Amino acid sequence: MAGSNKNNITPPRWLLAELTYACPLQCPYCSNPIDYAKYQSELDTEDWKRVLTQARKMGAVQLGFSGGEPLTRKDLPELVKHARGLGYYSNLITSGYGLTEEKIIELKEAGLDHIQVSIQASSQELNDHIAGTESFQHKKEVAHLVKKHGYPMVLCVVIHRENIHQMPQILEMAEELGADYLELANTQYYGWAHANRDLLLPTKEQFEQAEQIAQAFKEKVAGKMKIYYVVPDFHEDRPKACMNGWGTTFLTIAPDGVALPCHSARELPGLDCPNVKDYSIDQIWNESKAFNFFRGYEWMKEPCSSCDEKEKDFGGCRCQAYLLTGDMYAADPVCSKSPNHSVIQEAIDSARASALSDHEKPLIFRNSKNSKKLS
Amino acid sequence: MSINPDQIIKFSPMHRLQWEEVQQKDVILYPEGMVELNQSSAEILKMCDGTRNLTQIVSDLEQQFATTGLVNDITAFLEVALKNGWIQQK
Ligand code: SF4
Ligand code: SF4
Repeated sequence: MAGSNKNNITPPRWLLAELTYACPLQCPYCSNPIDYAKYQSELDTEDWKRVLTQARKMGAVQLGFSGGEPLTRKDLPELVKHARGLGYYSNLITSGYGLTEEKIIELKEAGLDHIQVSIQASSQELNDHIAGTESFQHKKEVAHLVKKHGYPMVLCVVIHRENIHQMPQILEMAEELGADYLELANTQYYGWAHANRDLLLPTKEQFEQAEQIAQAFKEKVAGKMKIYYVVPDFHEDRPKACMNGWGTTFLTIAPDGVALPCHSARELPGLDCPNVKDYSIDQIWNESKAFNFFRGYEWMKEPCSSCDEKEKDFGGCRCQAYLLTGDMYAADPVCSKSPNHSVIQEAIDSARASALSDHEKPLIFRNSKNSKKLS
Repeated sequence: MSINPDQIIKFSPMHRLQWEEVQQKDVILYPEGMVELNQSSAEILKMCDGTRNLTQIVSDLEQQFATTGLVNDITAFLEVALKNGWIQQK
């Protein structure tokens, strides 16, 4: 396999700790696997501490506590404290649900560096509809409290067809809440978002209009608010450089301890992703089959293997190639050089047809009942 | 954005400056990002501890490295740092 030359392996820099799949919200674009309900077991506190220690030793420094909803883990403050002691820069990625002022203070004292609150839309009605839970007012309150206690405030809004028309109001809301960073994340179509794609994928015109508005706003707030705009790759003709290259930078640990080169790699067949209960992070990162699978360029097929852009995008996203072409070695079909590129246009057309139809099927919300039904 | 030479400069509380053993480098950490610093940039930022203004930073660094004529380089770097929000003047 490519990348077996150990000297070429760079150490992990970013660690995503998915503490749990439990979540009180039901976002229909959730990036958790569709069949998450079958992974019931969770790592215990000592396992997580060991993982944090080992990954830090290798060079990981940016740490995200995520999920599900990480606040459902009672040991969160203890883990935050451990992480701070090791020198991580740690981030709580939360829906805000269950976050009280006391907890915000407790986490600050434990050494948490920042909090990223996700809001689903700029209006209560739409937010609560998409989240599948009444949560809008509380989220706004949480945003204020995060600021009040001196954290950099990162607001994250996932953008899709149901809320893209609210772009101006979303930006206004971010300004009003005093966000230091605003992440406008166009939906990436894996996991639940893949299942709901016909209902979530905006048209090209909608994308372009929203992007223009966001771009103008970016200039207006330059120096006050930093905007991260995650591009919608379905309307591009080159894929994104997924994960900055497989096994080069990012390490995700799923709630049950499975180590993943990217958070949707669970969907790929035959990777045999290793578990932190059986191996050290060093063994996993350097020696495991999964982390070496798509390292380097040897695994590539045409048109990627002889392409002069392969060092730029690494052939795109492996999960997207697999989900859309059935072949995880294929070029990401977003690429206009891919022989399967037409599946992208078909997806766009299918979403448009669904938007225009009178009998649009309902969104599939992310919950255990639907997870069991679909897996 | 330009630096007022008389005003105290301090490192932003919204960022963290830290030595990374594995990389053998100082880095700036902030939400979703990390900047790796070369040695001279790191030395300048370490001086921004809320007790010195630009003039003092220049003279302290010139003394520390037994040299002169650093004012332009330091000013240029601190202007970049201010623009990126790594430091504050208040
Ligand atoms: S995307 Fe929504 S449902 Fe999924 S974990 Fe986050 S808050 Fe929960
Ligand atoms: S052919 Fe492959 S390597 Fe070349 S640009 Fe397209 S996805 Fe990237």
